[in-house]
Amino acid sequence: MKALAARRHHPMALLVILLLALVATGGLYAALQPQTAQAEAYTEDDVDAGEALFLANCATCHGRNAEGLLDADGGTIGPSLIGVGAASVDFQVGTGRMPMQSAGAQAARKPPQMNEEQTRQLAAYVASLGPGPAVPDEEWLDTSKGDATKGGEIFRINCAMCHNAAGAGGALTRGKYAPPVVGLESKHVYEAMETGPQNMPVFNDTNLSPSDKRDVIRYLETLDETGSPAVSPWARSVR
Amino acid sequence: MCDHVSTTTPSTRKQTSVDANNSRVYKLGAVGGDWLDKRVAGGGLIKFMARKIFPDHWSFMFGEVALYSFVILLISGTFLTMFFDPSMSEVVYNGPYEALQGATMSRAYESTLEISFEVTGGLLFRQMHHWSALVFMVAIFVHMFRVFFTGAFRKPRELNWLVGFTLMVLGMVAGFSGYSLPDDVLSGNGLRVVEGLMKSMPVVGTYLVMLMFGGEFPGTDIIPRLFTVHILLVPAMILGLIAIHLVLLVLHKHTQYPGPGRTERNVVGFPVFPVYAAKAGGFFFLVFGIITMISATTSINGVWNYGPYDPSPVSAGSQPDWYMLWTDGGLRLIPGWESTIFGYVLSWNMLIPMGIYGLLLAALALYPFLEAWVTGDDREHHLNDLPYNTPVRTGLGVAWIMTYLILALAATNDLIAIALDLSINDLTWALRIGFFVVPVLSFYITKRLCLSIQRQKRDLALHGEETSRIVRTDTGNMIEIHAPLSEYDRWVLVQHDDYRPLKAGKGVSALRAKATSFFFKDRIDPVTPAELREALEHHGHEKHVIDELTGGDYRTPSEKSSH
Repeated sequence: MKALAARRHHPMALLVILLLALVATGGLYAALQPQTAQAEAYTEDDVDAGEALFLANCATCHGRNAEGLLDADGGTIGPSLIGVGAASVDFQVGTGRMPMQSAGAQAARKPPQMNEEQTRQLAAYVASLGPGPAVPDEEWLDTSKGDATKGGEIFRINCAMCHNAAGAGGALTRGKYAPPVVGLESKHVYEAMETGPQNMPVFNDTNLSPSDKRDVIRYLETLDETGSPAVSPWARSVR
Repeated sequence: MCDHVSTTTPSTRKQTSVDANNSRVYKLGAVGGDWLDKRVAGGGLIKFMARKIFPDHWSFMFGEVALYSFVILLISGTFLTMFFDPSMSEVVYNGPYEALQGATMSRAYESTLEISFEVTGGLLFRQMHHWSALVFMVAIFVHMFRVFFTGAFRKPRELNWLVGFTLMVLGMVAGFSGYSLPDDVLSGNGLRVVEGLMKSMPVVGTYLVMLMFGGEFPGTDIIPRLFTVHILLVPAMILGLIAIHLVLLVLHKHTQYPGPGRTERNVVGFPVFPVYAAKAGGFFFLVFGIITMISATTSINGVWNYGPYDPSPVSAGSQPDWYMLWTDGGLRLIPGWESTIFGYVLSWNMLIPMGIYGLLLAALALYPFLEAWVTGDDREHHLNDLPYNTPVRTGLGVAWIMTYLILALAATNDLIAIALDLSINDLTWALRIGFFVVPVLSFYITKRLCLSIQRQKRDLALHGEETSRIVRTDTGNMIEIHAPLSEYDRWVLVQHDDYRPLKAGKGVSALRAKATSFFFKDRIDPVTPAELREALEHHGHEKHVIDELTGGDYRTPSEKSSH
């Protein structure tokens, strides 16, 4: 103890303490950081089949290696998909937004072009390119555990300014829009919050925890079940 | 005309009727009159009212709709006050609506949810109250336009126009104070806009806000205060003004459209008892029934969707009720102009729209006085104008409506953009340009249309209706057979007033000369008696020629052969 006390004023002491502190913070962060990049059980075959589908359907805009393509003026034709994760693919392809029908203000929802198997294979391929958000676990989609009241509060504060209080959707700038969010598949709502498609901000797990996301989904389900008389019919029918 | 038609003479108020003193109807009226007469000496009044004559026309019904929807507002509003609690004290919701269970909210919002979900018939009454407010304002506006376009605001009715105008403004105040009461997010957003508008007023703004909200927004005072305004102050004022409106209506007598036998000195129509008592009574129930049906089937303002008020959220697609749309539209169109003077921010993006709203309202209120000054007309008018006979007034009215509509559309720019797949930015620019261009264009288009109709009516009065039957004379001339109008029909076309531009000087100011030039420079000469005589002579001559050729039989050869 005496030896340690004697070296307390050693010029290097401060450096050692700083080093220790840095190691501790870094170690703690590495141990506790949010685990968004969960690996789903994709096989090598899934990845290969996904790559074939990707080259046939997506590479025109996103590039042969999903690195993204720029046009002559430096504008984005298709963004890089490295690190967007399986959740993003599952949302974009699963809701029919991708492959995109036509260039415009925004990719519109349409009947999906890929079946579930193909969507899964594409997700596997993109997930293999770099770590990113995975397709959500069943646990977070089980809305019977959700709290509609809390979800409603989160929705009003974070979502309603674009998607409308009753989830009917609304206009954004320059022809873009926030689509209606009532009556959708829970998985897609979750993935949209997690990945922030198109003009939507990302609500990652540190921002809105998985259980918060489940509450929001539960709230939207409640709106769907109880009906939303204030929703204008045309706003609901579009997209 | 049937034998119930009676006339009254405005100058003496003496009423004569063909069915005289011995009809059953008259006796029925006298029973009530007699009974009251012996107790409160009200028989004379009853008799006067029962035999009061009103003219008949579909366009006179809008004011009635406004009156009846106000009655429905009073009835449904009374029901709602039994259950609504205008308190901003915080409670935790435990009612049947799942998506709000456990949420903290004000007692006002909770009691609105109770009315909607728990009180028997509560939701229906809430919907009826809301819908009849919407119908009330529609009826007021349409009634105002009817009065405007027919010139029914002219002497002696200028004051009643102002009373009606005040009723319209009070209707907006009543509506706004009403839909702010539930204390949901949408109603709080509306109050926030008002707070912002008040704060933008230089010097007094912040003081006004402090006084109104009793401190910082939203505070805990505003709902109880609005409640007093909504259920006591404004309805009492509306009721009082309606009474004045109707007393003046009886005093002035109702205007009528020009027609045979109708003059500035009589009223041609039916007596209140029994004709209008039955018609109006039935019409009240019709309005009541229709509003109830709409309320039962078409839900509006589902406050449970918006959640309890919290100053941070604003929902997409937030619109006020339709009659307040125009006040929101200006705020959406104006660029975000601000300037700083001596460290104080002047928010032109609010002051300019407020100025425009003030001008639009002032123009509406003061138009009768403006027109009276231009025409210099000091006569009483009980015969309505046909809108095409006053092209500039009609044009100005349409321009006002278009300005109002552009502002109202601007307040729904997000909904329009979504519904029509447009860019909201482009739409906003289109509406900004439209705000300046559309009213001017619509003024000139309306004015030209009116003048064209006048020309056509002039032709019609002089030459009668074209029959599409053409006779060729021996010399190859083509003459179309015209069917002359009846005296009655022609009367309507030739009775209107004619004004001309004045020259400055001789007591006419340069400004007024300019104004008369703006109003009456483009005019179609009305048919003069000499012209009419000449036209009739010409027609007689033509008829002579045609009759000689056809032998008085105007049928075509094929028609002749088929008979």
